[in-house]
Amino acid sequence: MNNAIIIGQYVPGNSLVHRLDPRMKITIIFLFVIFVFFANNVLSYSILTSFAIITTAITKIPFRFILKGLTPVWFLIIFTFLLHLIVTKEGIILFDILGFKVYSGALIQGFAISLRFFLLILITSLLTLTTTPIEITDAIEDILHPLKKIKFPVHELALMMSISLRFIPTLLQETDKISKAQASRGVDFRTGPIRDRIKAVVPLLVPLFVSAFKRAEELAMAMEARGYQGGEGRTKLRELKIRKLDIYVFLVFLLVIAGMFYTRNY
Amino acid sequence: MDITFKDVSFIYQANSPFAHIALKDVSFHIPSGSFVAIIGHTGSGKSTLIQHLNGLITPTKGEVRIGDYRIHSGKKPDSLKELRSRVGVVFQYPEHQLFDETVEKDIAFGPKNFGVPAVEISKRINEILPAVGLDENLLDRSPFDLSGGQMRRVAIAGVLAVKPEILVLDEPTAGLDPKGQREMMDMFYNLHKDQGLTTVLVTHSMEDAVKYADQVIIMNKGSKYMEGPPEEVFVQRELLNQVQLDIPEIIQFLHAFETRFGSHIPFKRQTIERLAQEISQVVKGADLRE
Ligand SMILES: Nc1ncnc2c1ncn2[C@@H]1O[C@H](COP(=O)(O)OP(=O)(O)OP(=O)(O)O)[C@@H](O)[C@H]1O
Ligand SMILES: [Mg+2]
Repeated sequence: MNNAIIIGQYVPGNSLVHRLDPRMKITIIFLFVIFVFFANNVLSYSILTSFAIITTAITKIPFRFILKGLTPVWFLIIFTFLLHLIVTKEGIILFDILGFKVYSGALIQGFAISLRFFLLILITSLLTLTTTPIEITDAIEDILHPLKKIKFPVHELALMMSISLRFIPTLLQETDKISKAQASRGVDFRTGPIRDRIKAVVPLLVPLFVSAFKRAEELAMAMEARGYQGGEGRTKLRELKIRKLDIYVFLVFLLVIAGMFYTRNY
Repeated sequence: MDITFKDVSFIYQANSPFAHIALKDVSFHIPSGSFVAIIGHTGSGKSTLIQHLNGLITPTKGEVRIGDYRIHSGKKPDSLKELRSRVGVVFQYPEHQLFDETVEKDIAFGPKNFGVPAVEISKRINEILPAVGLDENLLDRSPFDLSGGQMRRVAIAGVLAVKPEILVLDEPTAGLDPKGQREMMDMFYNLHKDQGLTTVLVTHSMEDAVKYADQVIIMNKGSKYMEGPPEEVFVQRELLNQVQLDIPEIIQFLHAFETRFGSHIPFKRQTIERLAQEISQVVKGADLRE
């Protein structure tokens, strides 16, 4: 299986972060994502970075595993950094390579933007790493609940989400199986001219789509057989509940944000 | 080609919280031309094991040798494609690999990839169709319009059309009707005999293992648990029961016979007809003595 991709993967655990109410987690992450854009100097960035890193440490998920899982994102982060080096022309000229001038402002800004990007990805991937898909959808359904008043299909949306999340690993498994079967029949996905490699995808995609459609049909049938009829009058096995712990964590988070705003003016 | 596993271990998603040891220090030797059955409870690592046979995965530790090809941890042989043309693998539910517009094109897909000329391919298809029990007029149909059993046969034909020297079968008859299962297994056995194939069969059916295999490998939780000829392995009821496996019906019958009539008939992989004769001898012999 492609084990380089961890986005959307849940790592079971019993840490403080795992146990937090999913609505609280989503709220904190939502606010964090906004406030990252307010950081403007070394100190405020350090506060946010420390918060992200300490939170990661609390989850007890090995840092190396997370970093490795973000490989596809590293490319974007480095690309952003280089783009800033080339485009930004502020501050003093630091050095000059073959007539290409690198400005101090470019270096600082490139670094800041890449860091901001990194923090965003890290903190959002923590959500899926520590929260089961079911918890996430329950939380989103709950957060969006008020929209029901304007006839917004909240329950259906949540159901769609939980089904998609549920089937990501299944689809990855299926991809793995089919690509192995076709590789056994002489398909080469890794070498050869680009044209051939693109053509090699057809024997992979067709069976994948066929099985996805079949699965969807079976799921629909199974849901109907069990009398599913939407969210109307449906009760929940797991009720979400805000506890003291969640309040404390939120207060700590507010302190961090306050600290960040305070240091902005230094 | 001989198959040799030397201390092979395999870990899925190594170095992550999901690391899962699927094979632990597995060693065995399969001589060229033999028919081997691999048996084990679900999740015991059978499918993982057979994926080593054509370089789909490389051992985390240890070495796999297929003829002159060597597959070490981290290093695949350079001529992987050649190896795959000589080792044909029929996966669990192979019908999921069908994709082409017509049955004919799908069967031809493998040999075409391995560079078999078109004339030769259509010759092979004509030979294989009756062997796998498919009708010729299905060739122009879409594989997705077929029944499950027919799809299975098309997928198997697609592997056979490559003419491999080693044929690896991962529960090839799962989900077929009893008659289809018997036909399919007999077909594989005839192929094995006629073309001198080396056959590796993963199965849950003790009956198939007794009937066809020269050698049986029992897997348990990723390790090799027992190995040997079926007449030696299958008589060890307690050991097999410990890993949720049962002995074949024919041996159960012999046990029951012994308790009931007090005379022991040794198990030598006899056919049902042969056994009936032996029993009649024993029973008649007893009659005479009385
Ligand atoms: N792609 C994968 N990623 C992680 N773990 C896997 C993967 N494939 C298999 N495993 C695990 O490895 C172990 C062995 O799996 P394998 O498929 O080899 O079993 P099996 O003996 O073929 O079982 P079955 O009889 O059900 O087909 C199982 O515990 C399984 O959960
Ligand atoms: Mg299997």
